[in-house]
Amino acid sequence: MKFGVGQSVKRVEDHRLLTGGGRFTDDTAATLYATTLRSPYGHARIVSIDTAAAKAVPGVVAVYTHADVAHLGVVPCLVPLSGPVTTPRYMLTGDVARFVGDGIAFVVAETREAARLGAEAIEVDYAELPAVGSIEAALAHDAPKIWEAAASNSLFEWNAGNADTAKAGIDAAAHVTRLRIVQNRVAPTSMEVRAAVGSFDDGKYTLVFGGQGVASAQQQVAKIMGVEPEQMRIVQGDVGGGFGMKAFLYPEYILVLHAAKDLGRPVKWTGDRGDAFQSDTHGRAMVSDAALGFDADGKITALQVETWSDLGAYQAQFGPAIQTFAGGRIMGGVYRIPAIHNRVHGVVTNCTPVDAYRGAGRPESAYVMERLIEAAARELGLGVDEIRRRNLLTPEELPHDNGIGLTFDIGNFPAVLAKAQVQADWDGFAARKDAAARKGLRYGRGMAYYVEIAGGGSTEEWADVRVASDGIVEVAVGTQSNGQGHETAYAQVVSERLGIDADQIRIVQGDTDRLNQGNGTGGSRSMAWGGAACQVAADDMVERGRALAAADLGAEVDYSEGVFSARGTNRTLSLGELATAHPGGLDGRSSFKPAKPAPAFPNGCHIAEVEVDPATGKINVARYSLVDDFGTLVNPMLVEGQIHGGIAQGLGQVVLENVAYDDDAQLLTGSFMDYGIPRADDMPDAIGFDTLGTPSPTNPLGVKGCGEAGTIGAMPSVMNAIIDALDGTQLEMPATPEKLWRVCRSLELRQAAE
Amino acid sequence: MTGLTINGIAHSADVPSATLLVEYLRDHLGLTGTHIGCETSQCGACNVLIDGVPVKACTALVATLDGAAVTTVEGLAAGETLHPMQAAFREHHALQCGFCTPGMVIAGIGIAQRHGADVTPGVIAHELEGNLCRCTGYINIVAAIAAGAKAMHDA
Repeated sequence: MKFGVGQSVKRVEDHRLLTGGGRFTDDTAATLYATTLRSPYGHARIVSIDTAAAKAVPGVVAVYTHADVAHLGVVPCLVPLSGPVTTPRYMLTGDVARFVGDGIAFVVAETREAARLGAEAIEVDYAELPAVGSIEAALAHDAPKIWEAAASNSLFEWNAGNADTAKAGIDAAAHVTRLRIVQNRVAPTSMEVRAAVGSFDDGKYTLVFGGQGVASAQQQVAKIMGVEPEQMRIVQGDVGGGFGMKAFLYPEYILVLHAAKDLGRPVKWTGDRGDAFQSDTHGRAMVSDAALGFDADGKITALQVETWSDLGAYQAQFGPAIQTFAGGRIMGGVYRIPAIHNRVHGVVTNCTPVDAYRGAGRPESAYVMERLIEAAARELGLGVDEIRRRNLLTPEELPHDNGIGLTFDIGNFPAVLAKAQVQADWDGFAARKDAAARKGLRYGRGMAYYVEIAGGGSTEEWADVRVASDGIVEVAVGTQSNGQGHETAYAQVVSERLGIDADQIRIVQGDTDRLNQGNGTGGSRSMAWGGAACQVAADDMVERGRALAAADLGAEVDYSEGVFSARGTNRTLSLGELATAHPGGLDGRSSFKPAKPAPAFPNGCHIAEVEVDPATGKINVARYSLVDDFGTLVNPMLVEGQIHGGIAQGLGQVVLENVAYDDDAQLLTGSFMDYGIPRADDMPDAIGFDTLGTPSPTNPLGVKGCGEAGTIGAMPSVMNAIIDALDGTQLEMPATPEKLWRVCRSLELRQAAE
Repeated sequence: MTGLTINGIAHSADVPSATLLVEYLRDHLGLTGTHIGCETSQCGACNVLIDGVPVKACTALVATLDGAAVTTVEGLAAGETLHPMQAAFREHHALQCGFCTPGMVIAGIGIAQRHGADVTPGVIAHELEGNLCRCTGYINIVAAIAAGAKAMHDA
């Protein structure tokens, strides 16, 4: 099977994307164009809004403010942890603007230019309010409150594990390593900025936007617009990167629908890069105090973590869940830790709301643990590999209940670590460090052993098969590619199952008129859940075909490679012939719904080596390699691509990226001029990638999920390598050349003084 | 009125003087393969060839292009046969979401033209400073451009 599972087949998506045939949201036609006027202040009372001049701008057809859309309510937080205190995010804010980028007015015009000119002509009288631009400022005893009804800017406290046993374990430890660890606030920065096109015809809305799944959006948007789900068609075409950020609803998606109905014409809103930096949900943004205890043998006794998670000005759709349910339960990783306690405070600031970003809480937890364990190795005089070997769970110890909500099912962590060391030429490090020193460079190595939760919270996924008279098998799946290559990977699963060629298979996603059930793409779930749904759907289709063919042929039939054959005869019926004889007879919807749904636990070991030039502070990732346990690989080429991209985002957060606010909560990083994402020459020349898979028992394909893993491993491994290059000096992300140069200077001065 | 050729077809552009080439391509001609990723000429998603040279179409006014020959990503392939640089991107899995891809392919063609068939990965990585990608981590893009440069030379 040249297109089956396990082959690095080239992507079926590529031809259209390489020839300009992609169908991104802004490529959808509309006759009216919209723009959002946003607050330029981090915190301000809106005294008045005068839209008269804007409405007089030639081409402007409507200007909406809070009063016009208040009846639509809010973009709901789906996992509020703040009890009776709510943080309602209206489609346009009314009395108070709470972050730079908070929507004030929505201008609709005949052209994009007229909409922009209209927005500029709106006169808003703001009364600036004291603002908090950081977690520290939000928690100060005299801090201005963002939500009056709340007791403070700390909206909730969440706990996992047993505080008493963790404290006892730390108290009894022979050695305790303590760190305060900062997670810089980062911008997901999809290359395609968010956009939405709304229309209203014959009592039915259509909303086109780049998201991560249509079914959930249909339910939510229909509810907001006050219609039945059947009156709300959601369409998602090609999506230019999402990374978690596009999984959520944003006010503009509702506003284009409202305007389209109000004005009777399709309305398109396309954000610009400034909109993206201000209003796309941000990621990470937290500070943790962490303590890791060890006994005299270098075995971990307990882990205590207390985190202050910056939620931004509003609790975003999944915002409160990121450091709690999503990432907070995997604190400590796959180490043998007798007692863990993780406490998370949800803190509001006058900054952009924070939500899922590639890994969504798992990179943060892995980063805390992996920073701690390498700091401990240094303090205890152990190798960073040795300390991990002593503490990683062995296969014999699995399944393992980590005590804070997860049971690790399967894996061979020590074997993955050992293979990663071979892959990285572990023993050659000293020679490379010497060679770098001869060039005047500092050289360091860092390791990370990460584990991630993939498909967490999933219980079901759908696939819907239609077979045409020409034998083409179309499978609609309830997930949504943002560039991962689902059309290829799912087709491989279907091809393997049905024994037919790829050109006979079509994978479709992203239209509720075709399939209105599904849980979308996020949390590295698509292959495990969507892939399994494809498999179930293919099998169910064959069963339907077997019954039809048996009746038609008057004999028991066997299925092979797209053909049903009557046993003991040479009479056959192909899929196309059966579909022609029984229109719709082969079609059907299936779901993968395991009796005991469980997440998979991809894990692996990343090893990074970096050079730091003490004269300039410039960093270069000289070597990077990793070994992952992703279970079964459906398409190794796609998996490796996910790893490359994931590592780039992790590396970006470590050395470049930082969303900066000043003391007045003014956003300082509003364009690519002041927010750096990795460029081609920031990356290592090559990434050594290998796997050591133990198939996951959670799904029939045995896959574990790979979309977020690269980021999770890259952040701690690169940072640990930098810290190693700086003789163990602890510093926080982003490790910019200026910071590195200062540390190098101080190390030189210290050396000179000794 | 500005007379220019786009993908070999002559156009007379009757547009306001402030109209950018990228707006003309996307909104007037429906050539949506050229993308807008930043409008401040950092990301390169809007790269097109003007008289054979890569230019960011968000920086070019239509009014300045009288007599120019513009090639967009839609004009690279010969029917179903991909341009060697496009084919190299597919072969090397140098695209994921595909949004930066048209600009990357155009940039790659420019790099191949400037540096020849034997352009090194280091030179390619440096020359890509004007093109941002958030999905691929660039390593496969650099490999694709190296292969595409060779294939263009051999073609």
